[in-house]
Amino acid sequence: MSINKNQVKKVAKLSRISLEDSKLDSLSKDLDSILNFVEELNKVDTKEIEPLSSIVDKKLEPRTDKINDGKIKKEILKNSPNKNEDFFIVPKVVE
Amino acid sequence: MEKDKFDYYIKTEKSSWEVVIGLEVHAQVISNSKLFSGSSTKFGSEPNSQVSLVDSAFPGMLPVINQFCIEQAVKTGLGLNAKINLFSVFDRKNYFYADLPAGYQISQYKNPIVGEGEVTLDMPYGSKKIGIERLHLEQDAGKSIHDLSPDHTFVDLNRSGVALMEIVSKPDLRSPSEVNSYVKKLRTIMRYLGTCDGNMQEGSLRADVNVSVRKKGEKKFGTRCEIKNVNSIKFMEMAIDSEAKRQIELLESGKSIEQETRLFDTKNNETRSMRSKEEAHDYRYFPDPDLLPLEIKQSFIDSIKKKLPELPDEKKDRFIKKFKLTPYEANVLVSEVDISKYFEDVIKNSDIKLAKNWIIVELFAVLNKKNLNISKSPVSPKNLASLINTISSGEISGKIAKKVFEIMVETGDEPKKIIKEKGLKQQSDPKELEKIIVKVLEKNLDKVSEYKSGKVKLFGFFVGEVMKATSGKGNPKLVNDILKEKLK
Amino acid sequence: MSDLNKSSLSEIINLIKSKKISSLEVTNHFINNIKKSKKLNSFITTCFDQSIKNAKEFDSKKNFSGLLPGIPLGIKDLFCTKNIKTTAGSKILENFIPTYESTVTQNLWSEGAILLGKLNCDEFAMGSSNETSYFGNTINPIGKDLVPGGSSGGSASALAANLTPATVGTDTGGSIRQPASFTGTVGLKPTYGLCSRWGIVAFASSLDQAGPMTKNVQDCALLLEAMSGYDQKDSTSINKKKESYSKNLNKNIKGLKIGIPKEYRIENMPNEIDDLWKKGIDILKKSGVKIVDVSLPHTKYALPTYYIVAPAEASSNLARYDGVKYGYRSKKGNNLIEMYENTRGEGFGDEVKRRVLIGTYVLSSGYYDAYYLKAQKVRKLIKNDFDHCFKNVDAILTPSTPSSAFKIAEKTNDPISMYLNDIFTVPVNLAGIPAISIPAGQDKKGYPLGLQLISNTLDEQKILNIAFAMEKNISFKQSLDRWWE
Repeated sequence: MSINKNQVKKVAKLSRISLEDSKLDSLSKDLDSILNFVEELNKVDTKEIEPLSSIVDKKLEPRTDKINDGKIKKEILKNSPNKNEDFFIVPKVVE
Repeated sequence: MEKDKFDYYIKTEKSSWEVVIGLEVHAQVISNSKLFSGSSTKFGSEPNSQVSLVDSAFPGMLPVINQFCIEQAVKTGLGLNAKINLFSVFDRKNYFYADLPAGYQISQYKNPIVGEGEVTLDMPYGSKKIGIERLHLEQDAGKSIHDLSPDHTFVDLNRSGVALMEIVSKPDLRSPSEVNSYVKKLRTIMRYLGTCDGNMQEGSLRADVNVSVRKKGEKKFGTRCEIKNVNSIKFMEMAIDSEAKRQIELLESGKSIEQETRLFDTKNNETRSMRSKEEAHDYRYFPDPDLLPLEIKQSFIDSIKKKLPELPDEKKDRFIKKFKLTPYEANVLVSEVDISKYFEDVIKNSDIKLAKNWIIVELFAVLNKKNLNISKSPVSPKNLASLINTISSGEISGKIAKKVFEIMVETGDEPKKIIKEKGLKQQSDPKELEKIIVKVLEKNLDKVSEYKSGKVKLFGFFVGEVMKATSGKGNPKLVNDILKEKLK
Repeated sequence: MSDLNKSSLSEIINLIKSKKISSLEVTNHFINNIKKSKKLNSFITTCFDQSIKNAKEFDSKKNFSGLLPGIPLGIKDLFCTKNIKTTAGSKILENFIPTYESTVTQNLWSEGAILLGKLNCDEFAMGSSNETSYFGNTINPIGKDLVPGGSSGGSASALAANLTPATVGTDTGGSIRQPASFTGTVGLKPTYGLCSRWGIVAFASSLDQAGPMTKNVQDCALLLEAMSGYDQKDSTSINKKKESYSKNLNKNIKGLKIGIPKEYRIENMPNEIDDLWKKGIDILKKSGVKIVDVSLPHTKYALPTYYIVAPAEASSNLARYDGVKYGYRSKKGNNLIEMYENTRGEGFGDEVKRRVLIGTYVLSSGYYDAYYLKAQKVRKLIKNDFDHCFKNVDAILTPSTPSSAFKIAEKTNDPISMYLNDIFTVPVNLAGIPAISIPAGQDKKGYPLGLQLISNTLDEQKILNIAFAMEKNISFKQSLDRWWE
């Protein structure tokens, strides 16, 4: 077993995804088989290998410090499931 | 360093405790637009009006880095005598929060843009070097507003994506006053460089404070707690004090410290646990695949280095050497770039000794009282220099000068004009003064004979009488000289 | 008019340019086809009123300067389209209407194309059969019970069924090439960075690439030309001059060296696939190409690597779907955290959840080095394999998929068997290099099979030329009786 049900619950919590208890068994099984599958990589010797840092052969190209965006409040708020004229509105944050 | 004079140890009945503090200062970068988008960074605008599709994490939106923010970080790094890394990487820090639209913050984790450096603090017990661990660039979050509704939180993303520099110190700080001095020093450096305005009220400068305690003499660090997001120097000092005491109490009662994140409750002057954040602590950093590694050329760093302004430490040394200031005076005069500039403007044409005293004593008192920045001073450097010159030349006395200064503060007028209009010019004609003095002595013949019979203290009385007779305008030196002559 | 069902994109462009047909006639033709083809479920959204309006507008101006004059196109519903609902095949974006247009689609409209509607796809492009779409399966026009492949399943289905003359998809691990192979069409995944990712709903940022899906190689070259190009808004976009792939198409490939990687000869591969591969090799030899054996030793680690890297990036990319700014929000939950959990629990389908959870797990503290970092190292080795290989050969020939189209629900219960479908396509995404799948034959059941040509970074022209030459010699034929109408 690479992953057990408790770990699945913990990962779900971290991912902010509610899980139905009825699906926990099959999901844990699926995740476990996926993890077993990817653990194949342990067979590769990567001692001297630097991880890939970028797949594209170019340097980061910065932009100049100009204000050319924003001032689109209506557009920004338009698709929100709950908003007023000024703000996005979400259920109370409990600290 | 005169370490023996350092005495911030918390003493209990059982033992003496040392407090170990490290700071993560979040400094908002001065730039027109945000770190990864073209919307404005201006403070205090209409909610959600400075938000682009990138800042609000719409599907398919991608970050493009702002060249100027890179420059600002490099500049700050150089100001902290730090190593600039030619290769750095932007990572995603993943967590969910209402004011973090993408569900991750773009930050730098393993490879920050700036490495180790140091700043020097001037403490009463000598100078002390505080190590800088690193400086990295990251995005600021938006703002959650909790008090507009009882069961809802309102979200404003104007701040979302503004560039921050996180400056991480080594755990080298040992007292609230060192923290005070450290934060002020960082702020001074960044203001000199123009990389952060350091405005704590507007949240441009805030800090996470790591506190641990250990018994005096102990080498090993204790378990630390992180106090999140403290936004004033005073609160930092209070939070450290109360957190250190909490930890000592726990340890002395045989309990252990749990490494955790805490909040400072300013009303009750105590820190409290932020348990809800605990499980979200796994930030799952990984390199942001939407960006490439940031590669900087040495020539770019060199060109910034060339353009660096004189920094507070260099300026202080120069002031001490060139103008013969005491370290204290130099510190005060370099504490803000505008103050040092004011000072240097004044002494272009006036006496240094008088100038430093007038600025540090008289001018600062006025600015404090009126809560003004020196750049808004009602007395211009030129006018102050000219006032000082009227003193040096003997045109007016120091005492009259204070009167003139008061009027200058209110009207902003030139001192010459005030002196003329109010007829405050010093009485410096020896013949005139002699006449007045003779009259004064004639009026006080008894005192004269007392003086002559040995009561030399009465000299002051005669000076006072002469000054009264000249409405304070008598040239003190001349008055002294003539009096002495006449009383022989 | 019925000829249009047999016409390629290039032929339709010629008809429009020679004024033998109007954009409106072409547009109406495809609208009628779409209306009659509901059974295929290849479209999530259509916007016919707008299409007709735009076609009329084109006809009134008759500006033929663009590469796609007056050409109506269906687009994968992963591209954000201004004022047209964009769902990414997910409930969580069911009602999302972008206020912006993706760079790739904007490029198409700038070349004169017209939007017909948005094509079905696997939810957030996570799938190989189009079965994970919240909006239901798309059917492969090849057969009633067949999947069209995925994730660009709606695109492939619509193209094969003549509901669009060409289309664009996205390919993260084979999402263009595998459905192309399953439907007898041509699909190309460009070099990473050739097409802008700006405005495309992200699945795995370091792997996602948009690409053309067409009926033949000529169309493919043309559409690639139209959609690609440097974009300042995408930091990973390659800054280079636009190429005229279609003009430069050349079927003279004599003297090229093409590698056959032995690692692609996997266990249990159907004979039909092997035969197809041999057929491809023979055709190439006849064209004067030198065939050489090559080795890509880390091939078998590509899928495990992919199933760490892609979910890891996805888990982070999909964090923005939290019910705050846009999309679905659950009514359940008394505080912010509960709202998040319910929104994402109800809004995401099972495959997306699996991948987000796997991605979260492999990045989480204590597992990062063992999974994510390890995968990025192996990814480097996979890229090195290709780099090494392309020192000796111009291109590599492989089958596109290990099987022909499978049946609906055949693989939904076993994620791994589904993942294995991408075994030949995934290495290319990991290495960021281009590859094209062309139809090369049929299996015993009469289902199409594809061959894949892979080249080095930015060598799109090379594989297009080889594919162009092969296409002439393969003479793949597919006639569908439009059983779904």
